[in-house]
Order: sequence, then C-alpha cells, then structure tokens
Amino acid sequence: MSQPIITMNKVNKWYGEFHVLRDIELAVSKGERIVVCGPSGSGKSTLIRCINRLEEHQAGSIKVDGIELTDDVKNIEQIRREVGMVFQHFNLFPHLTVLENCCLGPIWVRKMPRAEAEEIAMKYLKRVRIPEQANKYPGQLSGGQQQRVAIARSLCMNPKIMLFDEPTSALDPEMVKEVLDVMIGLAEDSGMTMLCVTHEMGFARSVAHRVIFMDRGQIIEQNDPETFFHSPQNERTKLFLSQILAH
Amino acid sequence: MTAAADADLIPARRPPASETGALGWARHNLFSGWLNTIITIVAAFVAYKVIWGALSYTVFNAVWTGTPQTCQDMLGKGACWLAIQDRYRFILFGPFDYDQQWRGALVIFLFVAMVGLSAIRRFWGKKLIYGWVAALAVVLWLMYGGLGLKVVETSKWGGLPLTLLLAFAGIIFAFPLGIVLALGRRSHMPAIKALCVAYIELIRGVPLISVLFMASVMFPLFLPENITIDKVLRAQVGIILFTAAYTAEAIRGGLQAVPKGQYEAADALGLGYWRKMSLIVLPQALKISIPSIVNNFISTLKDTSLVTIIALYDLLNTSKIAFNEPQWRSFFFDGFVVAGLIFFVFCFSISRISIKIERVLDVGHKRR
Repeated sequence: MSQPIITMNKVNKWYGEFHVLRDIELAVSKGERIVVCGPSGSGKSTLIRCINRLEEHQAGSIKVDGIELTDDVKNIEQIRREVGMVFQHFNLFPHLTVLENCCLGPIWVRKMPRAEAEEIAMKYLKRVRIPEQANKYPGQLSGGQQQRVAIARSLCMNPKIMLFDEPTSALDPEMVKEVLDVMIGLAEDSGMTMLCVTHEMGFARSVAHRVIFMDRGQIIEQNDPETFFHSPQNERTKLFLSQILAH
Repeated sequence: MTAAADADLIPARRPPASETGALGWARHNLFSGWLNTIITIVAAFVAYKVIWGALSYTVFNAVWTGTPQTCQDMLGKGACWLAIQDRYRFILFGPFDYDQQWRGALVIFLFVAMVGLSAIRRFWGKKLIYGWVAALAVVLWLMYGGLGLKVVETSKWGGLPLTLLLAFAGIIFAFPLGIVLALGRRSHMPAIKALCVAYIELIRGVPLISVLFMASVMFPLFLPENITIDKVLRAQVGIILFTAAYTAEAIRGGLQAVPKGQYEAADALGLGYWRKMSLIVLPQALKISIPSIVNNFISTLKDTSLVTIIALYDLLNTSKIAFNEPQWRSFFFDGFVVAGLIFFVFCFSISRISIKIERVLDVGHKRR
C-alpha cells in the first residue's frame, strides 16, 4: 500500500465525562477500503465523524490528505472539500430538488458554473441509477433512492475519501441491497478511499481490504476480512461476530 | 403484479351511501349524538343572532342618506354612514394637505397593489423584495414631496397611508434585523450571543408603548439641542426595533426545528457558515416560522395604532378625531367600525397570503 491519506495518532475524545475514543491509532492508505464495526456506543461513528471534523477530538492528532485538523476553519473547510460523507438518515436538503442537492457543493464550494455542475450531477445520478428522479424533491423518493442521491451528492464533489456512517441501517430491508450495490460498484470502479461503518458483513467480505472492530472507544482488532471473520483473535470480537452472524 | 395475484384481490367497493354526500357529512359532523346535536343547534342560533344583528346595524337600519337628524333618530339602532361620507377624507388621510390627498390615495393603492402582487406565486423571489423597497421609496416621495411635488411636513401625515407606512416599513426592516438577531442568539461566539440575547430580552420585556415613549420623549433628551429627529421617523425606528425582537424569536424557533443532520450535511460538503445558513438552514427555518412571523406582522400592523400616544395621526386616531365635529359627535362608534373593517381587510389578506405561501412551500416536502 502507498503512503497514508489519513493518519490518526493517539486520538482521544470525551463527551463530557464519557471517554468515547481512547488512544485511537489508525493509518489509512490511499485507495484502501475499511469497514468499521462494533457494538452500539463503541465509538465507531464518532471515529469517522472526527475525520471531517463533525466531531472535535480533544487529544492526539488527525491528519487528512496532508492537512492537520485544528481549530483553523480554513483547514477544516479544505479537508471537508476532499472528504465526502453519507449519513445514516441521508440528510438530503428537503427544500431542494435531487439535482439541486447534487449541484450545491460543486457550485458553491468548487465554484463551478451551473451548467457544468448539472452535467456532473447527472453523471453521478446515472451512476447511482436514478437520473429520472433528478427534478423530484427528496420527500418524494423512497429511502433507498434518497440514500443513493446522498451518495451521488457526495461524489459530485469529487472527493478523495468517502465516509459512510451506517448508510443502510435506517432503510427498509428491501432497499438495503440497492444501496449496497451502488457502494460495491463504487468500490470496484473508482479505487476511492472508503471508510464505512456498517454491520453488513457481506459487504465487508466483498469490498473491504481491512475490517476494524471497535468496542468501548478502542480499536480491539483489525485484519483482512478473510482472517477477521474466520479466525478472530479477541474474545469480544468473537462474541460480537457470533451475535451478528447468528441469524 | 401478475394477473394470477390480482385474481385473489377483493375488488374495491364504494362506501355505504349513509357515509357519503351532504347528509352523511351532516350526520357525522353535526348530529352524531344528542350532545353534538344540542351544540349544533345552539351554535346555529348564536351565529344567526350575531350575523343578523351585524347586518341590521350596518346595512338594514343604517342611515345612508338624510341629515344628521336622521342619524340621531336611528342612534344605537343603525350605523350613521352619513358621517363617514362627510368625514371619510379626514379618516383616510388625517390632516394631510387637502388638495394633496390624492398622493395619500396613491400610497394606499401602492400598498394594496404590493400586497396583491405578493400573493402571486410568479413574483416570489428576490424581485419582490426589490419591489417592496422601491415601493417604500416611492411612498416616501409621495408622502413628503419634493422633486416637483409640494412638500408636506411629517407632522401632517396621517390616516391610512401613515398606518400602512409605519407597519410595512416596520415589517420590511425588522425582517432582516430579526434574522441577524436570531442567528446571533444561536452563535457560538459568547459576546455576539450575549448582545443579541440582551437586546431581544430587553425589548420583549417592555411594552411597545414604552418603546414609543422612549423614542419620542426620552431619546431627544440625549441629543444636542440643535439636532432634532423627525417624530414619525422616531416612531418608525421604535416599531422596527420592537418588531425585530419578536421576529428574531419566531425565526429562532424555526432554526431550532431544523434537524442537526441538515447542518452536518452542509458542513460535510464544505459549505462555510454563511452559505450553510443562507442556502440550507434559513430557507427551512423561515418556512417553519412563517406562521409565527406572519402573526408578528399582523400584530405590528395593529400595534401601529399605539403611535396615537405620541400624537401621530394614525388611522385609529383620525377615525376618532373625525367625529369631533359637533353634529357627528354621537356617532364616534361608527368611525371605529370603519377603522376596524380596514384593519381587518389588511390583516386577513396577509393571513391568507401566508397560508398560501405555506401550502406552496410544502410541495415536495411530504411524501405523496
């Protein structure tokens, strides 16, 4: 693997008294695809939300694409431009059409002319297979469609890194596949650096280079999917895997 | 679905006849039980009494032609529209120069036209804001004069044009100020936040009358003696500052109702604070707060009648003064009826427009 695009060094974070991230050490190479899993409250979402500063870490250092995350607003905005994020609850802008949702970033952040931004937006809407919904409002789409729009919206910024925060866990079961298919397609075609918090172990097996297991704010175990699923080392990992793979 | 699956489907049937149509509706909503039946009958009786009473007073028993004596004979039974016919110019325009009152009429027309335009969806957008600002400028020119028009001092301004000017200028300037205050109140910068909180709480904690008194009586005491600020302007500023505080609170309610995820999604795209607010958060927050903002604006429109207290001739004041003439003195009540009617027409129109805006902005937000 090449040089790391994300480095986390002894990262710690507290919510009030609650120590949510403890001495996180993580290096992500360019083009690497990582799946983060763990029980609820283990800090996995917080971990990836620290990467684009939606959460502030209180100790340690995070470096993204060569830029250190500090209080400096300029740095933060610069990093956010290069890091796309897909949320559990889609967070599409309900007052804008699908197309406008996708064009917003390119036009206002990348300063692209509208025509060009729309062209790019349509390209990615085709890629997530819903170009025909471009002029609808998010409220008129199903959950799966909304999440695919959200992915397209992030891709329009042409990010170097994509973060997925439980992208399928708010979806009705019959819609999970359409979103996962898009994500798998993205992983295979683009070679983009991806960090994905998910419990979709099938997805982890087929696209991840590395699976990270977190518990109580710590990275407990990390390995390639093959080893991770077949011969987990840590007792807690084994317990967790037995719980989510049981049914 | 396949035809085989459809074969098992029970075909949709019409609801029973007793559940549909006017009779079904009445049975359901008006006479669904003995209690409801009683309420329906009582309500119908009260409505009949009120409507009949109002119509008798304002139409059937009202005096349209004749002399003050005719009115005197009908005093208490019917309205004296004779008095209004005689005094309507003063009610509408106050002490504004008599031969120049066509300017006041134009001002009223301009405001009515702007309210009407604001109701048409095609005009919604930035242009409408520019339109309002331009209309205000024209109104000020018509009222004050200059550029070929005879100058009418502000002390002679009065009636409906003054009321509408105070109200609409108050609303138009209070709105942006309210947005800034609402954003400031939610700011992470302690100094800005404290300043906005202090301002809003201070203004909200005092009645408008005292703000007007302050503006009119106290404020000049702080100024050097040779500087005087126009009385209408002082009242206007007082109204703007007052309305802004309430508008800010209405908007803050909307800001709080915008989900955190919207802020995060905007952040994640790399939008800066102002872009995030103007493109993502405010459009949603303002939509949510339309009912309370409009509510404030309607209050403002009616509250302008308090400028009477600092001796401005607003519509309510002129309606009262108009009946100071000896032959009409007994019919002062009818002046208030007319003033009330005019206020109602404006407030009701604004309210309808706001409902329309809400409905249009709602399109696409709900799943259909």
